[in-house]
Amino acid sequence: MKNVFATRWGIIGVGAVIGVLAALLQFFGNPANMGVCVACFVRDITGSVGLHRAGVVQYMRPEIIGFVLGSLGAALVYKEFKPRGGSAPIARFVLGAFAMIGALVFLGCPWRAMLRLAGGDGNAILGLAGLAAGIWIGTLFLKNGYSLGRAKSFPRAAGWIFPAIMAGFLVLLLVNPATEGEGKSGVLFYATAGPGAMYAPLWVSLGIGLLIGFMAQRSRFCTMGAIRDLVLFKQVHLFSGALALIAFAFIANLMLGQFNPGFENQPVAHTSHAWNALGMVLAGLAFALAGGCPGRQLFLSGEGDGDAAIFVIGMVVGAAFSHNFGLASSPAGVGPHGIAAVIIGLIVCGCIGFTMKEYRR
Amino acid sequence: MSKTVDARGLSCPQPVLMTLDGIKSGNQSALLIIVDNEASRENVSRAVANQGWIVAGIEEEDGDYKIRAQKT
Repeated sequence: MKNVFATRWGIIGVGAVIGVLAALLQFFGNPANMGVCVACFVRDITGSVGLHRAGVVQYMRPEIIGFVLGSLGAALVYKEFKPRGGSAPIARFVLGAFAMIGALVFLGCPWRAMLRLAGGDGNAILGLAGLAAGIWIGTLFLKNGYSLGRAKSFPRAAGWIFPAIMAGFLVLLLVNPATEGEGKSGVLFYATAGPGAMYAPLWVSLGIGLLIGFMAQRSRFCTMGAIRDLVLFKQVHLFSGALALIAFAFIANLMLGQFNPGFENQPVAHTSHAWNALGMVLAGLAFALAGGCPGRQLFLSGEGDGDAAIFVIGMVVGAAFSHNFGLASSPAGVGPHGIAAVIIGLIVCGCIGFTMKEYRR
Repeated sequence: MSKTVDARGLSCPQPVLMTLDGIKSGNQSALLIIVDNEASRENVSRAVANQGWIVAGIEEEDGDYKIRAQKT
């Protein structure tokens, strides 16, 4: 059967739909320029289970749960559910952690960088430039034979573990719903102020998450691959999807009155240009070395890819360290130890890039 | 003469890189590329077409895809 989502118009359509849905999620209550931010939302989930105690960014985001379960659904329907793993999991864990640390210095993953641009936030230009630079460095390693090695197929049940964790999180959210003005409901933490306290209705978030998860699994939508394939192969396939996301989010923002151009006082953003860029250099390099943007890692996890799931768990741990150690930025600027973390992250990713090789080219 | 590129277990973009290596090595007129997932099948097919080669056929066997690429 032909996969229409994997055609040129398919990937453009998926990017356009994601852009419009992200703008709508903001309209329905998600934080500004953060309709869907994979890094931010994984960080919020990390806070909601108490692994960090930054009181403004704690919420069990249903979009992330939907991404994984929507992808699982598509993979099952189209017989692409293939439990696999064993391709240098510990390296992927570390890459996930540093990808998150870099993204939280900029205050957003590639998804949010594009949504910030579509909302008029000029600081996103620095973030996207840094992202492209980080991915470009990653392609140099790839050209040099960098590889995390081959994955093996796993027993079928192993592929269900990560989706089951997500389903468990959904149950936790349903049995411990948010209570107005309360910082805790049952076992879950809830932000009472800040971006973590801003969210669309649960079923809207979950429904859109499931839809995006389904479409992204079919189309292989990837915001890192978009730039990587352009640099490495001069291929515009995934890039056209990313451009469509920006264009359609921009149009939707204009129609919804959510477009506010400028650099100062942008929502959940700071104006430290160098660290906006360098944070994303680190994130871009880590995503490139791991073979996918944070969204793509979630979609792959839904297909049964255990290595992608390890990357996501690395992101959770990275988010916990970011907020516990003062690495994450805030609208006031870079965190007290953010700069040190970015430098360490670049060194670690460089070591991984130089040392991990499987085949000789 | 036909060369085989075994990209099973490898994730994006390595199957494509290996395919391009095979195509650009110059003395091949045909390549057999083996991948084990649908996304790699699509990516490799796209890359083959971008190089001006054609995909002469794809066989599926035990979840693997054997892609026969030919120089035009």
